[in-house]
Amino acid sequence: MLELRAVSKRYGGVVATDDVTLDVVRGEVHALIGPNGAGKTTLIGQISGVLATEIGRILFNGADITHLPAHARVAAGLARSYQITSIFRRFSVLDNLALAVQARSGSSFRFWRPLLTERALFDEARSIAVDIGLGGREDTPAATLAHGEQRALEVGLALATRPQLVLLDEPMAGMGPQESRAMLALIQHLRRRVSVLLVEHDMEAVFRLADRITVLVNGRVVASGAPAAIRNDPAVRQAYLGEEIAA
Amino acid sequence: MIRAIAVFGVLGIFPLAMQAMDAMFYVSLASRILIYAIAATSLNLVLGYGGMVSFGHAAFFGAGAFVVGIMAVEGVRSAWIAWPAAVAVAALAAFVIGALSLRTRGVYFIMITLAFAQMIYYICVSLKTYGGDDGLSLPGRSTIGIGTLGDDLLWYYVVLAILALVLYGLHRLVHSRFGRVIAAIRENEARAEAIGFPVYRYKLACFVIAGAVGGLAGALIANQSSYVSPSLLHWIQSGTLMIMVILGGVGTLWGGVIGAAVLLGLEHLIADYRIGWLAALAPNYQDHGALAVGIVLLAIVMLAPEGLAGLFSRTREK
Repeated sequence: MLELRAVSKRYGGVVATDDVTLDVVRGEVHALIGPNGAGKTTLIGQISGVLATEIGRILFNGADITHLPAHARVAAGLARSYQITSIFRRFSVLDNLALAVQARSGSSFRFWRPLLTERALFDEARSIAVDIGLGGREDTPAATLAHGEQRALEVGLALATRPQLVLLDEPMAGMGPQESRAMLALIQHLRRRVSVLLVEHDMEAVFRLADRITVLVNGRVVASGAPAAIRNDPAVRQAYLGEEIAA
Repeated sequence: MIRAIAVFGVLGIFPLAMQAMDAMFYVSLASRILIYAIAATSLNLVLGYGGMVSFGHAAFFGAGAFVVGIMAVEGVRSAWIAWPAAVAVAALAAFVIGALSLRTRGVYFIMITLAFAQMIYYICVSLKTYGGDDGLSLPGRSTIGIGTLGDDLLWYYVVLAILALVLYGLHRLVHSRFGRVIAAIRENEARAEAIGFPVYRYKLACFVIAGAVGGLAGALIANQSSYVSPSLLHWIQSGTLMIMVILGGVGTLWGGVIGAAVLLGLEHLIADYRIGWLAALAPNYQDHGALAVGIVLLAIVMLAPEGLAGLFSRTREK
């Protein structure tokens, strides 16, 4: 459903992503791994439309979205979460989620009717809060949530836009073991409804979740395939996994 | 709601009391303050609610005033025609300026809105047919079909009614879908885009609405003293409106009203009342009114960093 065709990104002389070709198939969890600085987050930025793509093409459900603005890609069914938590800190959990629901349910160029009368928005936001494990925390300001809860809300915001494909950029960043397990369960739960492109450093999580894995090193794809194949790929072991397996 | 009724109740009785005391000057001063309250409230929509630090709001205020002034000189004195025209011109100016400036952020946005406003200022100064530097005197206030708005008491109530409508409109807007999006953009613009809002369009719409209301305030100020000065468009005017908003309370419903009342009230007090002991210390202190106002403002901002409106409301979070 998502196809990258020879996508590159250069900042002056620095190559961030280099000739990346990648497919995410409907229904799969596709993991994107690679050492720090491999260009994973840059690629997420290009796919979500925050970063411009001058070289290569990006197709989503067969349509060329290379030059579509970020908000239009969300409308097309492509949402993202951020590696560095980016939520509406002064809004409550419920208001955060209701906002994301609002974004895809009708025009928001409505200036008169009080938002609070729109029960449907908040009902749906409530059910998403339960889905992401924040049931009972709806009225808490996002800023005061624990780190793991903020990460869950981060993912929840992306889900609330009802994407067909969600780009999760290190959802487990900075999490303790218990929080990681909760996030793992959340991703397991949501994979039934949406396709996932997952960037993650936690290899245990990656190998448990991913149907396919693409390995990025220095902006280039060095390998792509089933987890077992990736695990045994000599190029991958040398470039990336080696250090972790040795450790 | 009760507070709003109380405030407007007092404001409604005020001119009658002044009339009884034969102090109609204060009714005129109050009208001026209410007009600035409208202008400051419109700026508060972009600045406070929208988080866009526009340093060129006087452009819309002044443009509205000039439209009414020029139309009056050309013989179109009906408020029903001239005021909507002022609003439309201000909205159009806001659309053009906003469309270009909103592509920038932060300091660049501040500077570019300032630059555009100064451009419009110089255009108005160069309109020699319409007064140029000297400003433009109007043949009188606008007419509303049943007569002119020349009577100061009637004029006051017209302005008060418009302020009430503007505040009610702002209240509705802030709590609408649109208002929520604007608040979200102020809070986290990148994320608002990432959950699917075309951020630029919302900001532009907010900017245009604020500009239009600023133009309406301009139409009123032209009528206030039947005189339009190019200084209405000067960047100092933008700064004054900004000070009103910051003083009153950024992003609060009453912020613009409180700020306008306090700032203009202070200026009036310092200029028109000689304080004995202060005059004994510094005989010509009234010639430096701006300094005195500045000191008082500094004190207020230090004591009430969230603006004066914050003192009345305990529901706001820290």
